[in-house]
Amino acid sequence: MSLRPGIADEFPVLTRLVDGKRLVYLDSANTSQKPRQVIEAISNYYETINANVHRGSYRLAVEATAALEGARARVARFINAPSASEIVFTKNSTEAINLIARTWGHTNLGTGDVVVLSEMEHHANIVPWHMLAAEKGIELRWIPVDSQGRLVLDSLDRLLDGASLLAITAMSNVVGTINPIAQLAAAAHEKGALVAVDASQFVPHVATDVQAMGADFLVFTGHKLLGPMGIGVLWGRRDLLDDMPPFLGGGEMILNVTKEGFTTNEVPWKFEAGTPMVAEAVGLAAAIDYLEELGMDEVRAHETRLTAYALRTLTARYPDTIKIHGPSEPAERGGVLSFEFGDVHPHDVAQVLDQAGVCVRAGHHCAKPLMRVLGVPASSRASLYVYNNEADVDALADALEQAADIFSF
Amino acid sequence: MPGLEDLYREVILDHYRSPRNRGELATPPATRAEGFNPLCGDEIVVYIDVDDQGVITDVAIGGQGCSISQSSASMMSAAVKGQSVDDARRLVSAFKAMMSIHEGEIGGDGSGSNDDAPTEAGDKEPVRLGDLEALRGVVKFPVRIKCATLGWNTLTQALDEAAPRV
Ligand SMILES: Cc1ncc(COP(=O)(O)O)c(C=O)c1O
Repeated sequence: MSLRPGIADEFPVLTRLVDGKRLVYLDSANTSQKPRQVIEAISNYYETINANVHRGSYRLAVEATAALEGARARVARFINAPSASEIVFTKNSTEAINLIARTWGHTNLGTGDVVVLSEMEHHANIVPWHMLAAEKGIELRWIPVDSQGRLVLDSLDRLLDGASLLAITAMSNVVGTINPIAQLAAAAHEKGALVAVDASQFVPHVATDVQAMGADFLVFTGHKLLGPMGIGVLWGRRDLLDDMPPFLGGGEMILNVTKEGFTTNEVPWKFEAGTPMVAEAVGLAAAIDYLEELGMDEVRAHETRLTAYALRTLTARYPDTIKIHGPSEPAERGGVLSFEFGDVHPHDVAQVLDQAGVCVRAGHHCAKPLMRVLGVPASSRASLYVYNNEADVDALADALEQAADIFSF
Repeated sequence: MPGLEDLYREVILDHYRSPRNRGELATPPATRAEGFNPLCGDEIVVYIDVDDQGVITDVAIGGQGCSISQSSASMMSAAVKGQSVDDARRLVSAFKAMMSIHEGEIGGDGSGSNDDAPTEAGDKEPVRLGDLEALRGVVKFPVRIKCATLGWNTLTQALDEAAPRV
């Protein structure tokens, strides 16, 4: 069942054929496809407004500025941020996490200070902290993950002892596990640690309320949320953002510049040096409109249903061959299904599926520490979104037959 | 679009199912080199024994990866065992030239095949690729070229260590 009749036709690229076959797009955890509404919002912006922002007094410039700031307010409402001034636009999640590490981390952390991560983090939420560790001598601690891809919380209090920050994903991009952020945040706050949430996989699929979560920072990336590439979001508590030094230097982020120095602009502009991505912000706001029109609760319900169908169908068709990683209970996970298919290497699985027009990702999914826990160097990953339905899952199941044939077992 | 039969030729699948020279050699005397494909996590370990005459007396291959990286390394091990270091280097060049042959046509990601000179034609008789010809189809699948050349780049490292170029 589709989330809404004909929804896939609202995504122009999904109507394209590959060698005469229907395109079956199952790689939305990597990047999502864009509805016509988003594409048109972007081209409409360029066709009717386009001007640089915050620096012109003519009509177009005023409208462009309003478009950018309107998108900021739209994002704030979407994640229930108390104020639009707490929304910083970045290039993507990766840049947002680096911003936290380079500004908040650089200022507040020193030798022996502790940042707690989990073993299921994306490299984007690992490497910036490794870099800070190399520079500042901070200590990284890791919340372990079990073989089902769930956090092991037995030693949480001990790990958080003396910690300054818990930086953790809300949903795994490999196994789909949804983490209990509110509970983790409460535990971290009890120990005096702040909480930075990597919600790259969460915000596109589950209604998000940064205040209910109890987060201090939260990041996500526009392109996984039906929006364009090139825009991400950092939300941070206003008092924290106010105290943080700027990130990059240049225009837009200053109040005044002299030969002797500069003073910084207010938040959020303090963190947005140079000409911002206005069209992308407009596209992101259009994507949010689209999602809220569908209803985030309906989106989540659809994906939970479809995930359950996929788990059921794939294990029924290939009981002895397929091993799907992650929690077996659809309610505990998003629609991200990493799997092993017999001895067939994920690269070969993806290649054979491609021949049938089915797009999945193969590899370590930028989460090598997690792959190590799962005991595999790589996996194939099919991931679901609003435009997918049972027929896409069936196409995946059918196409896997050929992998079984070629690599005969 | 090229079909899967261009990629998964019977010889390739045979080497994938029953890899030749699989294992390890004691180091020393053997030389060991490791290669990674950071994109997909494929990993190949090449061991070679080179005697005083500059002949590769033994080869072993370790690591894990997809059918293309594994079969290519397996065929490579069979092809260079018993060869002189110089002949092995010529074979590497010829193989990599084959992998880069259509780079212009396929456009995009001509990865993994642009760091070595093409076959040093002219001075020697052409290098015979034999079974390795089966891998020619890989060039039609640009993202897999890196898989096919992984073992060969790793062998080059091992050769350079065992018998530095003069
Ligand atoms: C959990 C998670 N964090 C961070 C990222 C990085 O997103 P981006 O590449 O857009 O910065 C991704 C996406 O690949 C992700 O899945």
